[in-house]
Amino acid sequence: MKMIAKALLLALALAAGVCPALAQTSLRMTWYSDGNEGEVMADLLKRFESKNADIKVVLDQVPVNETLPVQLASGQGPDMARVGDMGGLARYMLDLRPYLKNAAYWEANYAPFLAWMRVPGDTSSIPGFMTQLTLTGPFVNKTLFEQAGIAMPDSKATWQEWAKATKEVAAKTGAAFPIAFDRSGHRFFALAISQGATVFNAAGEPAVVDEGFKRAAQLIAEWHKSGIMSKELWGSVAGSAYRGANEEFKNAQAVMYMSGSWQIGQFDKTVGDAFDWVAVPTPCGPANCSGMPGGAALVGIKATRHPAEVARVLDYLASEEIVAEFYARSLFVPGHLGLAAKGVDYKTASPQAKAALKVFSDEVSKLDPLAYRLQGYTSNRIVFNAVISRLGQAVTGEATLDEAYGRITQDIAQQIAERNKK
Amino acid sequence: MSGRRDGVSTDAAQNGPAGTVPAAAIVARPLGALIALPLRLLDAPMRALQRTIGERRMPYVFLAPNAAFFGVFVFLPIAINLWFSVTGGPALFLSERPYVGAGQYGYLFECGSFLDPNSCREDHFWRGVANTAKFTLFQVVAMVAFSLITAVVLNMKIRARGFFRAVYFFPVLLSPVVVALIWKWILQRDGLLNAAITSLGGQKILFFVDPGWAMFWAVLVSVWAHMGFYTLILLAGLQAIPADLYEAAEMDATPRWRVFRRITLPMLWPNMVVVIVLALIKGVQTFDEVFVLTGGGPGTATLMVVQYIYETAFSNQVQNFGLAAAASCVLGVVLFGLTLAQLAASRRRAT
Amino acid sequence: MKIAAFLTRRRVAGRRIHWTDIVAYGYLAVGVVVMFGPVLWLVLSSFKTPAGLLEFPPSLLPMAQVEVTVPGQPQPLPLFRTTLPDGQVRDLVQLRRVGIVAQMADPKDPTQTFRVPIDKREPVRAFAMATGNYTEPLARFDFLRFLWNSIFVTVVATAITLLINSMAAYALSIYEFPGKGFAILTVIGTLMIPITIILVPVYLVVTELRLVNSLWAVILPGAATPTGVFLLRQYMLTLPRDLIEAARMDKASEWQIYWRIVMPLTMPALAVLAIFSVMWRWNEFLWPLAVLTKTESYTLQIGLNAFQGELQTQWHYLLAMTVMTLLPIALVFVFLQRFIATGIGNTGMK
Repeated sequence: MKMIAKALLLALALAAGVCPALAQTSLRMTWYSDGNEGEVMADLLKRFESKNADIKVVLDQVPVNETLPVQLASGQGPDMARVGDMGGLARYMLDLRPYLKNAAYWEANYAPFLAWMRVPGDTSSIPGFMTQLTLTGPFVNKTLFEQAGIAMPDSKATWQEWAKATKEVAAKTGAAFPIAFDRSGHRFFALAISQGATVFNAAGEPAVVDEGFKRAAQLIAEWHKSGIMSKELWGSVAGSAYRGANEEFKNAQAVMYMSGSWQIGQFDKTVGDAFDWVAVPTPCGPANCSGMPGGAALVGIKATRHPAEVARVLDYLASEEIVAEFYARSLFVPGHLGLAAKGVDYKTASPQAKAALKVFSDEVSKLDPLAYRLQGYTSNRIVFNAVISRLGQAVTGEATLDEAYGRITQDIAQQIAERNKK
Repeated sequence: MSGRRDGVSTDAAQNGPAGTVPAAAIVARPLGALIALPLRLLDAPMRALQRTIGERRMPYVFLAPNAAFFGVFVFLPIAINLWFSVTGGPALFLSERPYVGAGQYGYLFECGSFLDPNSCREDHFWRGVANTAKFTLFQVVAMVAFSLITAVVLNMKIRARGFFRAVYFFPVLLSPVVVALIWKWILQRDGLLNAAITSLGGQKILFFVDPGWAMFWAVLVSVWAHMGFYTLILLAGLQAIPADLYEAAEMDATPRWRVFRRITLPMLWPNMVVVIVLALIKGVQTFDEVFVLTGGGPGTATLMVVQYIYETAFSNQVQNFGLAAAASCVLGVVLFGLTLAQLAASRRRAT
Repeated sequence: MKIAAFLTRRRVAGRRIHWTDIVAYGYLAVGVVVMFGPVLWLVLSSFKTPAGLLEFPPSLLPMAQVEVTVPGQPQPLPLFRTTLPDGQVRDLVQLRRVGIVAQMADPKDPTQTFRVPIDKREPVRAFAMATGNYTEPLARFDFLRFLWNSIFVTVVATAITLLINSMAAYALSIYEFPGKGFAILTVIGTLMIPITIILVPVYLVVTELRLVNSLWAVILPGAATPTGVFLLRQYMLTLPRDLIEAARMDKASEWQIYWRIVMPLTMPALAVLAIFSVMWRWNEFLWPLAVLTKTESYTLQIGLNAFQGELQTQWHYLLAMTVMTLLPIALVFVFLQRFIATGIGNTGMK
């Protein structure tokens, strides 16, 4: 059987030997999709290939994959990849700068996000561009408010005011979830930052548990106790697993759903005319009314043998015209300063979706600098995972809040120590 | 000796009436043809080899290919895993990983009291151990009970026996992920089961929010998926019980229950041991089924050891291969203990 | 009366009905529902629209809201059974909805409009299969390629497994040789190691062998199954030794004894191992996901699962594609069910 394997390898080698004769470089792009963005990207790549006969890009669409870091670490990864954990994977990313025609364009339009894709200490590399900027924020089922005859809190309302209002609405309309809150560190820190959490100490190390953080954690715990939040999200799984309430919101079972901008496309498609849904500005806390930014980037991978070609593909995809089309068709908030200022024309979106996209785009200016800093912190997922895992246990009663605080601090310290072992 | 061979074929005739042999041929013939050709080609070289090394060394030749695969894809990885468990850091390649001695093990075993997972530094691991023990215990009991009942029923003089036997075996063919997906779909808040409960006037039950229910369904779904296999093992045992024992009992008009207790159960014991041991091993290894079904929740109520190992190595931002490897070595030792127990049990059976 | 007599006569077939018979048939009837029901439910659900999947209580059959084309309206409009303020119930189409009030119209006479609170109307629905759940992903992906890869992996891996496992089992059952005890112990010892816990080391080995992204990376690591060796050996132990001795007298080589005499006699056990191997290989997910990163090398399980994003899962596609991967297994089942049942009983597991 080994002989067959060898024959196969030989055949592959021969095939590889023939390819350069055609002078075409083949590049691989690993891509996961939450909605239709895979189809849009496939379209755009076809257009790129028609203009660049010497480059072929193969789009490998995968389920979201926890083994990608292992593949990258072993040098077996693709030439380009769409990644969510930008900080964690920064060390595998290719610096496109030397290959770009116009690095200044990238600087001008992607600067704040480029920082998220760099390893600590690096201030100059250009690893890729944002396929989407996500913002956390709540969606509200306006129809349920109307049916209950209760006025929606205004854009300056606090979290507590929203909790009170949604509870009344749920009681009157029979909705099961007054507030559904994604089981996610990102969403939790939107709340925590508004409650005054400072996350880092003066030395720039994470010092997560402070008064603001505790205020937020207590709110979550209280909401679970009083039935405003259901254990079905935070309490239902172990570890740092993500749980959303898309189905519950689409089914008119959630009055308010704290999630983020990436939901718009799906809600637009599935909710249809069943009820009116709106995005509302993030509720306020004593410190501010900030949400959390996030997103996914399309980056070049350092191990590629064709860095120049990778840069050409990404340069094309990141150009204003093309990236604008990408955002518009996938209903994503632009991670591109020029487009953010101009506004993207979402032609395929319904008025409801357009309104929601507007709300989220306006939220960008309200982001607290700390939110940017946390998103750009290389080990941010260590913090998110520890918090969500331990608060999840507190919610189910497996641990007290105080125990959870202790564990969060310990978990983060241990993982950072592990990361620094060399 | 040849009598034994006859025994095999009459067994087959008993189990599957007419259709057995043609059905066997459907698989056997093409497979046989596929395998026979290279085997025939190897005749001459193998004969030459036998002449050179002698007949007594031939078993090593037969063992070699399998041993080579074992070596490369099982023992080498186990050795690498051992090395991983005494190193730290996020690097993947062994050469880049710093040696930390028994650090990972020490961390894993840092406990106030081993009876209280909460007192351990790495409480998730110990919760995983406790949950796996609990799950395995319930699962073995339920598995034995259900497959025994099913095997006894299928062994009765019933119509369409082949069909019913197949019905119970069907889920064995499904992948664990699909099994969990199907049941999750049925058990969720707005699933089929809750629809049935509310239509009967009950309240919706949130199965995955209550630790008891979550464990209950994890066990039951696991039994649903695998009982077909164990049922067939027990069925084979039931069919090997000499019919004259039953006939004698029938003549004495012994009640069926007594017949079951005095004849069936003791005669079936060897097969029961196989079922118990296999179910035990399976239980300890459980991962994807429960992981997809409950995600280890609520809280950590159904978090299994293998899930802990998987998440430690993959789901964290810092991929903690060292700690995961240490935990898997601990699990390996436990599994090896179970293996020895199995050997002891089967030896006692033999004597 | 006659019918009743006829039924009893057939059923008892010369035997009294004992209460345990009734219980047994009851148990079997429940068994059919419990064993097949969930899978049937999956198949039915896979034909539902995303909205249909969310319904509570769920409808048994896939249903979709009826839409009616109304003169003067560019698009078909959804039909609702509406209770009007005077208590009259009529089927009306919805023109638009503002907040909690809907503007409805008579589909036959659209000029006749009504303002209705939205909780006074129920969608009118009819049986409709959302076949798009199947056709859309299949059109987007190279299904035949995935299918071919899966078949290739399954068939080649099973062939290798059967060959090397039976060779090893032959050595461990027919011969006495130094080191045999140790070999058996390692087989049984590795019986219990789930691949999940040595995933990373195996990945390293496969990387070193430069097999990543080749189907061989999926085929080779699991080829030497300890379960297979164990199963086959247990069966071979029951084979008559005199046949082998007779063959030796006839100057048959050890290799010939193995494949001409022992292999055919082991056929039932080999077939069972074949079935299990096919099932394991076909269903494998985590390992292929780790070693196959290129579309052209995806197996069905990987290729058809691209609907699980980081933040969202497209359930309607996922369920439909799960059914697609189940079909071949169901076919195996239909053709081999009788054989599976008898085969396992005979594998010397006793």
